[in-house]
Amino acid sequence: MSDTVTARPTRPDILTFLQAGGVYLAIALLLLFNLACTPNFATVANLRLQLVQVVPVMIVAIGMALVIATEGIDLSVGSTMAISAALLPLYLGYGTWPAIAIAMLAGAAVGCVNGSLVAFARMQPIIATLGTLVACRGLALVLADGRLTEIFDPILGALGSDSVLGIPISVLLVLVVTGAAAIAVHRAAFGRQLLAVGGNRAAATLAGLPVKRTLVIVYVISGVLAAAAGVLTTARQGASDPSFVGLLIELSAITAVVVGGTPLSGGRVRILGTLMGALLMQLITATVIQQDLPDSTARMLQAGIIVAAVYVQRGRTRA
Amino acid sequence: MTAVEDSAATRAEPRTVARLLWWRPDRAGTPIVLALVLVAGSLIFGESFASGRNLGNIALDSSYLLLIATGMTFVILSGGIDLSVGSLLALSGVLTAYGSRWGTLAAVLLPLAVCGVIGLINGLLIGRARIAPFIVTLATLLFARGLAFAVADEGNKVYIIPADLTLTQLGQARWLGLSAPVWCALVAFAAGVVVLNRTRFGQATFAIGDSQEAAELMGLPVARVRVLVYVLSALLTGLAGVLVAAQTQSGLPTIGEGRELEAIAAVVIGGTLLTGGAGSLSGTLAGVLLLKVIQNLINQVGTLTTYYQQVVSGTFLVVVVLIQSRLTRRRMR
Repeated sequence: MSDTVTARPTRPDILTFLQAGGVYLAIALLLLFNLACTPNFATVANLRLQLVQVVPVMIVAIGMALVIATEGIDLSVGSTMAISAALLPLYLGYGTWPAIAIAMLAGAAVGCVNGSLVAFARMQPIIATLGTLVACRGLALVLADGRLTEIFDPILGALGSDSVLGIPISVLLVLVVTGAAAIAVHRAAFGRQLLAVGGNRAAATLAGLPVKRTLVIVYVISGVLAAAAGVLTTARQGASDPSFVGLLIELSAITAVVVGGTPLSGGRVRILGTLMGALLMQLITATVIQQDLPDSTARMLQAGIIVAAVYVQRGRTRA
Repeated sequence: MTAVEDSAATRAEPRTVARLLWWRPDRAGTPIVLALVLVAGSLIFGESFASGRNLGNIALDSSYLLLIATGMTFVILSGGIDLSVGSLLALSGVLTAYGSRWGTLAAVLLPLAVCGVIGLINGLLIGRARIAPFIVTLATLLFARGLAFAVADEGNKVYIIPADLTLTQLGQARWLGLSAPVWCALVAFAAGVVVLNRTRFGQATFAIGDSQEAAELMGLPVARVRVLVYVLSALLTGLAGVLVAAQTQSGLPTIGEGRELEAIAAVVIGGTLLTGGAGSLSGTLAGVLLLKVIQNLINQVGTLTTYYQQVVSGTFLVVVVLIQSRLTRRRMR
């Protein structure tokens, strides 16, 4: 701690700049590289594809960023996506919107369980959500009997593939979610409670903040967003696939949050940075694939980027 | 050490049976649950559960997890976490199969060396550069999986370990009714217990997890110990990978996904606190066995699908940890 304080003024300006805008710089560099070296990169179709592919990670990552701001973590997001995907075909008979509502409600329920375990039973978030990760994936498979179900539904189809003003609907949804999260964090009392709970829980309790309620709400938000990501993924694939939907997405989401400059130690959050973190990871994968390099190279590159990003931010995060 | 404390505690207050049961509840809880589950399993399923063959299977299944969880216990006791073990298991298995063309020695040393180096990188980034363990090992989780796929030609190539290689024979050998991986895991576990409880390194691990600042002020080599626990974890996982490869005679880059979470669960069920500084290896052994016995029991119920198995084990994890935190808190009051 003490050396962080003394080191900051003497740190050269370039590092300060990298800390604040490293993600944006990396994205700009990758974009420039692709514009120069990748044929057919700057086509509308390709850019749209890259965006649509990263939508689920972005939505999940925004919920994850809020959870991480409270010094927590939500490993169950991928399984929550699976539950939401498994519920959709079961309730489509009652209409598309009721089915979507039920899927989101299920996400809220999973979040409520997580939040209660963390807030009231005072379990470690990583263990509580690990339990729900395992249990919910199983539950999703039970619900769907382990099978993939094809879905032919006009509204879901439109959600998955239609565009408004040339922008895919799912991308518009991400913008809405981002805006709402940014307002909630920066302009609403909830945001200040959130950061207070993450920054110093004891102080937040003593100050009379509704610590437990804030914690439950945060996990519910994460669950609902994960369920939304599950609906969007199902809509885009035209099939509900509870075995594979959202598998390991918790790792991608945590990566996006961390690369975007939110410290795991809580008390601080960067919503736009999280979005950019997800975009950066997607761009790395896309670049590697379009350069005809194998997928394994992409993973190793991403590992390097994660460490580099966090190393540069080290002065800001409490190690 | 603990045995002495425990008996002293019971001698001091030998009041009721309940008192006896709650004695060192954070340590005793898991073995008691394990014993109850074992008795219940034998009563309900009889021969199909309690047969030597089935118990042998449970032991073999547990041995890989025990190796990984032993290293994980050190890491968690020091206040860290190691997410990279699942990927390292796959990488080690692939490298064992890849190296088997040059004989048994290469097949064992190559994966251990690579895993050791990755553990060292983990440790240096965490201990020296002071980056959060969760993030560092998340990155090496990606890296090791990527490397495993790169060695296996993106999963298109499966290296086979020749059946006449000494490694294969060692891996599939049985002594005194137990297969070789079980013996390896038991020896590594026993060594771990000695190192944790009887060496400076082990005591420093506890001290750092309890309070890093206090450990620094006491002059303990904090950075070095933190580096070493990650090397240890990676090496034990590497050994588990070698054994898996020897048992299956091949190395697949896809194995081990989610193993890190299973190992963390076993350690936590065994009563080690995720915040570090408190816990035991004997608890971890009980945690590993409990997880594997429950999985086996669920398999015995033929009507339950594997999907229900996941529901039960997830719920089970939450319930056990809940009970445990209740018991621990009760004791602290």
